[in-house]
Amino acid sequence: MAGAGGGGNDVQWCFSQVKGAIDDDVAEADIISTVEFNHSGELLATGDKGGRVVIFQQETENKSQPQCRSEYNVYSTFQSHEPEFDYLKSLEIEEKINKIRWLPQKNAAQFLLSTNDKTIKLWKISERDKRPEGYNLKEEDGRYRDAATITALRVPVFRPMDLMVEASPRRVFANAHTYHINSISVNSDNETYLSADDLRINLWHLEITDRSFNIVDIKPANMEELTEVITAAEFHPHQCNTFVYSSSKGTIRLCDMRASALCDKHSKLFEEPEDPSNRSFFSEIISSISDVKFSHNGRYMMTRDYLSVKIWDLNMESRPVETYQVHEYLRSKLCSLYENDCIFDKFECCWNGNDSVVMTGSYNNFFRMLDRSQRRDVTLEASRESCKPRQVLKPRRVCAGGKRKKDEISVDSLDFNKKILHTAWHPQENIIAVATTNNLYIFQEKVN
Amino acid sequence: MEDTKPEETNVEEQKEEENKICLEKLEEAKLKDKYPHLGNKPGGSDLLRKRLQKGPKYFDSGDYNMAKAKTKNKQLPVAQMEKVEITGDHITGDHIPTPQDLPQRKPSLVASKLAG
Repeated sequence: MAGAGGGGNDVQWCFSQVKGAIDDDVAEADIISTVEFNHSGELLATGDKGGRVVIFQQETENKSQPQCRSEYNVYSTFQSHEPEFDYLKSLEIEEKINKIRWLPQKNAAQFLLSTNDKTIKLWKISERDKRPEGYNLKEEDGRYRDAATITALRVPVFRPMDLMVEASPRRVFANAHTYHINSISVNSDNETYLSADDLRINLWHLEITDRSFNIVDIKPANMEELTEVITAAEFHPHQCNTFVYSSSKGTIRLCDMRASALCDKHSKLFEEPEDPSNRSFFSEIISSISDVKFSHNGRYMMTRDYLSVKIWDLNMESRPVETYQVHEYLRSKLCSLYENDCIFDKFECCWNGNDSVVMTGSYNNFFRMLDRSQRRDVTLEASRESCKPRQVLKPRRVCAGGKRKKDEISVDSLDFNKKILHTAWHPQENIIAVATTNNLYIFQEKVN
Repeated sequence: MEDTKPEETNVEEQKEEENKICLEKLEEAKLKDKYPHLGNKPGGSDLLRKRLQKGPKYFDSGDYNMAKAKTKNKQLPVAQMEKVEITGDHITGDHIPTPQDLPQRKPSLVASKLAG
């Protein structure tokens, strides 16, 4: 039953778990700012505005009780970044974790990269379940024995102990970004990674912290000429020479690092043509791409702008192959969304394991599942009211105008403070992690 | 919610597009009514620049002392207006953080509630 099957209307999603406090009074530090599964899906990491990382681990399934699906429990938690102040520029550096990216597992330990606005850190998470006992020169509590009292030698042995998970910072990649880091992406070569800020992209080697290569620089000589910024960047999942970056103007550039050291000239430019006479004040703002993600198979990429999700075929630059409306009913509310700054919200998007379904968040704690293969979509809600174990989520409908049907919610009743910006999909199974402001919901496919 | 229907005719698609543009232009008109000076500022995109800066906290001891002096002496000489700089949204000399205003920047000593 488990498998990377479709996630659209065939699959019924059930509540599995919710993490975080119930109270409505949310401390700013508790606002979740990133969610990411590791490559096996066994670990789920979250980062928050307070600079903390919490990692959950999937419990190994109990084979004798197939109904009891695996749960995610706290595995490790640590303070990744702390608030800093740049005295030279009079700038506060927030400790908020903007992105977490896992490295593929090479040995017993797990590694992840976490970044705030300015500094990227490589964290090692390792388990300790044995400890040495029977030292000759030390007592069990660590005190040194008086050498004169030692009359015999023994061989220290490892004895089991309660599992301890330790997180330690192994590398700190600092001082390479003048502007705010929005993305990090580990290369398929497993040796390098990129970090992107508003105007520049840097290439790092995971072992080297004192230098990085600048591979994209879109800063104009005169800042008055600034027309667009970099909003997201990602390495191709298989081709280690290829990466893409998206802009605030709705374009995506694909670059090939073999072409030149500085990839200011793109290899491909993905842009949907627009009739200039159709432009409004909002056109550019809502076309700004907030997230770009390659499909697992490396043939497509998905972009998220304010109102839609677009799927692009890497072989076709002229327009996307698929466009899905996330919340088209907001188009008639753009004025108020501009006034309350919601129009600048940066929603992320993600693919399921076999690239057949994509997911993205919306307002009112709604999130959308868009089934590419079945050409169908559904709106679901992450809410404390649907928290009974294995409770199936009911589809939600928004009434754009006119007569509101029963069970529909009108656009004006939507809570724009309840945004789902960050979602993640297990790489193999139909398990999703959905972050509301300060809670993490885990939903699973209904098992019959 | 709209389903994506690949068999939609061109006419229908065009009507939808026109509808969308109408909605956007209506919203734009609403905004311009409220804020007539929006979009008329020169010198590149304000929005982008605001985004790049993310609110620097300047402290200018000269301004701080001038502000302290302001409260003592209500009359401002004209020459002082020339010194006014525009940084982000604030005019220095106007919004000066005092030591009491600056929030304490301490790391979170409390564990995340997700781990609770």
